[in-house]
Amino acid sequence: MATETHGAEGNSLVFHPMDQFIVKPLFGGEGMGMFTITNATFWMILAIVGVIALMVLGTSRRATIPGRAQSVAELAYGFVYKMVEDVAGKDAVGFFPYIMTLFMFIVFSNFLGLLPMSFTPTSHFAVTVVLAMLVFLTVTIVGFVKNGSKFLGLFWVSSAPLALRPVLAIIEVISYFVRPVSHSIRLAGNVMAGHAVIKVFAGFAAIAVISPVSVLAITAMYGLEVLVSFIQAYVFTILTCVYLKDALHPSH
Amino acid sequence: MEGDLAHIGAGLAAIGSGAAAIGVGNVAGNFLAGALRNPSAAASQTATLFIGIAFAEALGIFSFLVALLLMFAV
Amino acid sequence: MATETHDAAGHVADAAPGMPQLDFSTWANQIFWLVVTLVVIYLVLSRVALPRIAAVLAERQGTITNDIAAAEDLKQKAVEAEEAYNQALADARNEANNIIAATKTDIQKDLDVALAKADAEIAAKTAEGEKAIAAIREGALESVKAVAKDTAKELVTAMGGKADAKTITAAVTARMKG
Repeated sequence: MATETHGAEGNSLVFHPMDQFIVKPLFGGEGMGMFTITNATFWMILAIVGVIALMVLGTSRRATIPGRAQSVAELAYGFVYKMVEDVAGKDAVGFFPYIMTLFMFIVFSNFLGLLPMSFTPTSHFAVTVVLAMLVFLTVTIVGFVKNGSKFLGLFWVSSAPLALRPVLAIIEVISYFVRPVSHSIRLAGNVMAGHAVIKVFAGFAAIAVISPVSVLAITAMYGLEVLVSFIQAYVFTILTCVYLKDALHPSH
Repeated sequence: MEGDLAHIGAGLAAIGSGAAAIGVGNVAGNFLAGALRNPSAAASQTATLFIGIAFAEALGIFSFLVALLLMFAV
Repeated sequence: MATETHDAAGHVADAAPGMPQLDFSTWANQIFWLVVTLVVIYLVLSRVALPRIAAVLAERQGTITNDIAAAEDLKQKAVEAEEAYNQALADARNEANNIIAATKTDIQKDLDVALAKADAEIAAKTAEGEKAIAAIREGALESVKAVAKDTAKELVTAMGGKADAKTITAAVTARMKG
């Protein structure tokens, strides 16, 4: 946004690829309290609206032969349901609404974030860390509630030689606690990286000679970002299912 | 001067993205090789493919993150 | 921190061009609204959308099952109809064969009768003809005998013998038999 003015008054090209991620109050105002309506809030609410439009209004006719919106809604339902059933197991179906919520929110904020001048909530660690911590806490609590102390068997690899087991246990514990970190940074990092790269190419478009190349590059990156938006939502969801499977069936 | 060193560090950290690219290519290429040998088993393993790609890519994203931190936050 | 200079002239991040993601002053706000968003989406999905879609899918499954059953029924009916048709065809064919056979027998009977009649007529005619031939032959034999007797008497007379009618007749008859 501000690249133009900066480039004009600065020494040469100045990129501000991170400006698009700034959270600011939507209706002016000075400070930012906990309940201020910001642009992040706005795009989250837009994601809610999108989910309601697709999943509720789209299916309101309850047609036996579905229309377009209903087909998409049913496709999303079947996609996530099959994923939960296949990856996490049949007894994880109770978590299906929860996982569906995560999937729909991530998909909608990723895709809405691809609109020009928009804001992507999932590019912020504040959002993805909360999502990942929710999954982490759910998995840990469910694991202990369902299996009791047997859940700790997840870290004690009984198939390994006895001498190796303590070492493996340390590694397993570390990898278990790294899960929410990688889970959150993967999503935010992917989304942020794509948006920032597009912004950098947009900055190059200010130079007349290479602007056609840069516009082509933006187009290509945009196509990749559409793919990444979906794949990251898919990956986040399927990893949630994998972790859930560990919690429900901790035997290695 | 401090900023200059940070920028050099950011550039070095960005090498990690290339390494992650190699890793992702390795995963996808091996999956394709296996899938061409046994196409009937390929469909059931796409989920595994994406999980593998995600793990490989997460490490590249870490290096990208380090680069960003050096660029903007140090 | 970046937002303080925001209203100046679009120079948003001049003061501290850091990563907005690491501006922890916005975290509380984002997390609050994220939780609100997630709760709303969860309620909407679990209370309204997912049961509805599940119901629609189940209903469709039921409809499909019913339709398949109905199709199976219709197929059964079609098979039965075909069987009935084949049965009717076979019956008709049998009937036709019977009629053909009956007709053939009738014709054969008529033919036999006619043949027998014709045979009888032919036999009668043949018998008549034979009788006539026999009569003619008899006549001819008699004539030959008479001619032979006459000729023999004449010969005997011409040779100077005494023509004994009785002897000549016996001789001629013997010759003719032999």
